[in-house]
Amino acid sequence: MSSTAKISVRQLQVYYGSKQALKNVSLEILPMQVTALIGPSGCGKSTFLRCLNRMNDVIESCRIHGEILLDGQNIYNSDIDVVTLRAKVGMVFQKPNPFPKSIYENVAYAPKLHGLANKRDDLDQIVMTSLEKAGLLAEVKDRLKDPALSLSGGQQQRLCIARAIAINPDVILMDEPCSALDPIATAKVEELIDELRVNFTIVIVTHSMQQAARVSQKTAFFHLGELIETGPTEDIFTKPQDQRTQGYITGRFG
Amino acid sequence: MPNLTDHIVKSFDDQLKQLGTILVQMGTMVESQLQQAIEALISHNLKQAAQIVDQDHQIDVLDQNVSQLAVKILALRQPMAQDLREVVSSLKISSDLERMGDYAANVAKRIPALPEIITNKQIISGLSRMGKAVQQIVKNVLDSYINKNTDRALQAWRQDEEVDALYTSIFRELLTYMMEDIRTIGGCIHLLFIAKNIERIGDHATNIAETVYFMVHGSHIQGERPKSDHTISNAYSNPTTKEKLT
Repeated sequence: MSSTAKISVRQLQVYYGSKQALKNVSLEILPMQVTALIGPSGCGKSTFLRCLNRMNDVIESCRIHGEILLDGQNIYNSDIDVVTLRAKVGMVFQKPNPFPKSIYENVAYAPKLHGLANKRDDLDQIVMTSLEKAGLLAEVKDRLKDPALSLSGGQQQRLCIARAIAINPDVILMDEPCSALDPIATAKVEELIDELRVNFTIVIVTHSMQQAARVSQKTAFFHLGELIETGPTEDIFTKPQDQRTQGYITGRFG
Repeated sequence: MPNLTDHIVKSFDDQLKQLGTILVQMGTMVESQLQQAIEALISHNLKQAAQIVDQDHQIDVLDQNVSQLAVKILALRQPMAQDLREVVSSLKISSDLERMGDYAANVAKRIPALPEIITNKQIISGLSRMGKAVQQIVKNVLDSYINKNTDRALQAWRQDEEVDALYTSIFRELLTYMMEDIRTIGGCIHLLFIAKNIERIGDHATNIAETVYFMVHGSHIQGERPKSDHTISNAYSNPTTKEKLT
């Protein structure tokens, strides 16, 4: 099982100060699939997501125990370069957060930083391909010099996705990528997620269970810091095994 | 099904409850239509038979109500897990009940066509026995639906074998009468259809038993339903064909 997993999380425990945010969570994230993390606010799903590319490192009081293996290698080993790790495990946030630069610059920034392009032509190529993959190229190709902030919210989010895939990561983490978008923009991002999973492993946190049902192949339900149940998305939404999962997805929690 | 608390949104609960109420109402009506049809058959009561035929459309109306409400819940509530199974199951159960109502009405419709000579035969008591057995199954599946009791559903599911066996014996009996006296053929064919209709009511009841099982567990009943309808193999005199068919 773990040999085929892209990411193996083993007995992960996370504390913020004395408060335990994740209790003994083990989860296998399979490659070229969308894994959705669901659960009520404060259940630990975002904490879990942030552990996957060590975003929690910046939080002073945060302590982490357990193992997270990316392709078999523990990302919390002391010899791991966090910058390289985050190049491999990209992230898209809840609110679109493009840099206050041009559309082009937003996508070109990381490949330049990581030295992925030697020539201008190569960089152009990366920007175009990334925008294309993010389904945004047709809408912006004549205005690449325009400020990214002049785009609509949905376009900005797809730009952030283009920015994430520009350095060709293995894994893309998405933290409620559609919660600030209208239904049309949401549908476009969901369609994009569906296309991206051919080449990337995707982990998405979402509050919309319908969205989890629509975009993911595997769903994990968190509650009070525990991973309650995980399985094929179809099973979780038609015949969950655990009473708590059942209660949450049918709207009976309270 | 585990006992869950109510939904956070109370009107959702109300709608699900309403759906259940209509189905129970339909079930009760089907039960009564079947019982009356058997009564009318035994007593050759044409007035009662006509009434049964008249009442069938009430069941059809309820079936439409179930469809409407189920579609509304699907569109507006996007139910998940057991709620989803409950709504989808209600659509299936409602179609089965509607069909069962049709069969009961069809039994009633044939009663005036039965000549007096036939209605005196003891075959009627066989039909009545079969009718009682089917009524018991219908009652069991309705109880299993109301109480979400799959033991009851499985019991009903297995009971249908008995109905099949009764149907087989009625089939043979009617065949004998027709051979003995060709003047009875017309009436006997009507009786055969009546027997078949009652037998079909039992089949639809077992469908409901299966649906209730799925609604509660999210999986299907494992294995084949026991069957005792041997009329098909009976129709052939060639022993090799018979073997193949059984």
